[in-house]
Amino acid sequence: MSLFRTELRRLAKRRFARWMTAGGLLVLVLVAAGMFLSNEKIGPEQRAAAERAAAADHQEAVRASEQDRVACERAKAEGTEFWTTDCASINPPPREAFEARWYLPSTFDFRETFGEMLIPLAAILGMVGFVVGASFVGAEWNTGGMMNLLLWRPKRLTVLLTKLGALLTGLLALALPATAAWFGSMWLIANLRGTTAGMTSGTWQSFLLTGLRGIVLALVAATVGFALASLGRHTAMALGGAIAVMVVGQVGLGILLDVAGVRFAEAWLLPTYALAWMTKTITLQDWRSCNATYTGQCEPATLDITWQHSSVLFTVGVVLFLGAALWTMRRRDIT
Amino acid sequence: MRVEAGQVHGFLGPNGSGKTTTLRTLLGLIRPDGGRMAILGHEVPGTLDQVAPQVGAIVESPQFFPHFTARDTLSLLAGAGDLPQQRVDEVLELVGLRDRSGERVKTYSLGMKQRLAVASALLKNPRLLILDEPANGLDPGGIREMRTLMRNLAASGMTVVLSSHILGEIQLICDSVTIISLGRRVAFGPVDEVLAQHSSGAVRVRLEAVTDLPAAATALTRAGVRVTTNEDHLMLAGVDKPATVTRLLAEQGLYVSELAPIAVDLESVFLELTATAPVPGQHRQVDQSVRVDGTAPSAPAGGGWGA
Repeated sequence: MSLFRTELRRLAKRRFARWMTAGGLLVLVLVAAGMFLSNEKIGPEQRAAAERAAAADHQEAVRASEQDRVACERAKAEGTEFWTTDCASINPPPREAFEARWYLPSTFDFRETFGEMLIPLAAILGMVGFVVGASFVGAEWNTGGMMNLLLWRPKRLTVLLTKLGALLTGLLALALPATAAWFGSMWLIANLRGTTAGMTSGTWQSFLLTGLRGIVLALVAATVGFALASLGRHTAMALGGAIAVMVVGQVGLGILLDVAGVRFAEAWLLPTYALAWMTKTITLQDWRSCNATYTGQCEPATLDITWQHSSVLFTVGVVLFLGAALWTMRRRDIT
Repeated sequence: MRVEAGQVHGFLGPNGSGKTTTLRTLLGLIRPDGGRMAILGHEVPGTLDQVAPQVGAIVESPQFFPHFTARDTLSLLAGAGDLPQQRVDEVLELVGLRDRSGERVKTYSLGMKQRLAVASALLKNPRLLILDEPANGLDPGGIREMRTLMRNLAASGMTVVLSSHILGEIQLICDSVTIISLGRRVAFGPVDEVLAQHSSGAVRVRLEAVTDLPAAATALTRAGVRVTTNEDHLMLAGVDKPATVTRLLAEQGLYVSELAPIAVDLESVFLELTATAPVPGQHRQVDQSVRVDGTAPSAPAGGGWGA
C-alpha cells in the first residue's frame, strides 16, 4: 500500500502530468466558453427576427427571379444566348421555401447535442491519459528511477502494476470530477443559451452511460500509453508509436484502402471504433454499391460498427500491449 | 567472492571486467544464467524481496529524475520503503546536502548527485551497503568525507562492498578485496594478504661502508639470493626472511645500516594481476586483461560464496 501511495504522490508531483492536466482542462474550458458565446436562447424576439430575415430573403429571391425572367425575354427577342429559352419556367420561389427556423440563431439543445459534446471530453481525457501514462513510466525508465525503485522493491511485476494502478487512479480522480463538471457546465450553458426541454430519465441514463464509456476510453488510452512506453523504456516509444500509427497506419492506410477500392475502408481505422464506442453505433456506407429498393431507388450497402466491436478491439489491444510490457518487465535485464 | 559481515570489501577490476554486471546480478537487475549467490544468508534472486530492505545500493553512475528536488527524491524512496520521513533529513545531513536539498537534481554537479546516490543507499539504514564508484565526481574533501563515512559505517557494524578505480582509497578503506578480470576472480582476501602474496619479496640493503657492497653481493649470491648491485645499495629478490640477510652478512663482518622490505601497493598488484599496466607505444584495448581459463579460481582456497 505504501508503494501505491508513493506512486500516487510521484504522479501528482510530476510537472508534466500537472501541465498536461491543466492544458486538457483549459481546452475543455475554451470549448465550453465557445459553446456559451456561439449559442443563444430562442425567444419571441429571435423568432420574429428570423421571420423578418426569411421574408427579406424571399423578397430578394423574387426580385432576382423577376430580373432573370426579364433578361430571358430580352435575350429571346434579341436572339442572344441565355441559360434558358423557356422564360415562362422562371418563376419566383414560393414563400414556404424560406423557413424561418433556418434563420434562427444557433442554440444549445441539451437533449439533442450533449451526447456529441461528450466526445471531445473523452478525446481530451484520452489524450491526457495516453501522454501522461507514457511519460509516467517512460521517464522513470529513462532517468534510472525505475532501477532505483527496483533496488527497493525487487518484485518487478508488482512495481509495474502498482505504477499502472496509481496512474489509473490518478486519471479517475481527474476524469470523474471533470466529467461531472462537464455535465454541470453544459447544463448551465443550455439553461442560459439554449434549452433543456425534453430531458427524461432515459436520456439522462444514456448520457451517463456515454460519459462512463468516455472515462473507460481514457483509461484504455492511458494503459496503452503506459504499456508502450514501458516496452520501449522511453516516453518517446509511446508518443512515436502513436504518431506512427496515426500518420502511417491511419492516414496512409486510409488513402491506400481508398485507392484500392476496399469496401467500408473506415472499418480498418481506429477513430471509427473510438467513435462507435462513444455513439454506440456507426453505420458505414459503401457508395459504390447499389441495393435497389421497391421504389426503384438505389441504396448503398451498409455496415454497422457497434460499441461491442470496439470493446473487443480495446480489450485485445490492452491485453496485447500490457501483456507484452509485463512479459518484458519480467524477462529483460535492467541496465 | 565472499564478503565477511562488518567488513569494508573492495571489488576491483579493469573496465569491462564485469564488476557492475556482478553487482546488478546480485541485486536482481540482471538474470543470472548460473551459479549461486546469497546476501545476508538469503539466496538470491529467489528471496531478494526479503533481503532487499536490508541492502542499500548504488549501481554505476547516479541517476535520478532531474525535475525533482533531492528531498522529493529521497522522500519518495522512503515512502516506497515504508520508512519515516525523518530519515530523509538524517541522510541529507550525513552526505552534506541538507542546505541544497530543495534544489532540483538537474542543477546538481556530478559530485552532488553522487552524494544524493549515497544518501539514497543509506536511507534504509542497511546492513549491507553496495556502492559502485561512490567517489566518482567527488572533490578531494568529498573523497575524504566518503572515506570517513565508510569507516564509520563499518565500525557501526554495516558491511560495505565498494567498487572503485581509486585504488589508493581502496587500500586505505578496505579490509579485504576481490579483484576480477574478464569476469573471473584473480585475487581475493584481506588487503594485507593480497599485497603480501603478490609482493616480490624484494629487500633493499645498505651497508655502513659502500665499499663493502661487492663483498656483500658475493656472499649473498653464494647463499642463493638474487642480487642487483646499485651505486649505494643492493636490491635482493627472493628473500623469505629478511633476518637471514642480516645474519649472513654479519657472519662475513659486514654490517647492515638499512634493511627495508620493498612494499607493493594495491595499484601495482592490480596492474600485475590484471595485466593492464600501460606499455609504452601500445594502446591497450578494453578487453585486454588477464584471462583466467576454466572455472577454477586462482585465488587462495577457502573462498566460498555468499556475503
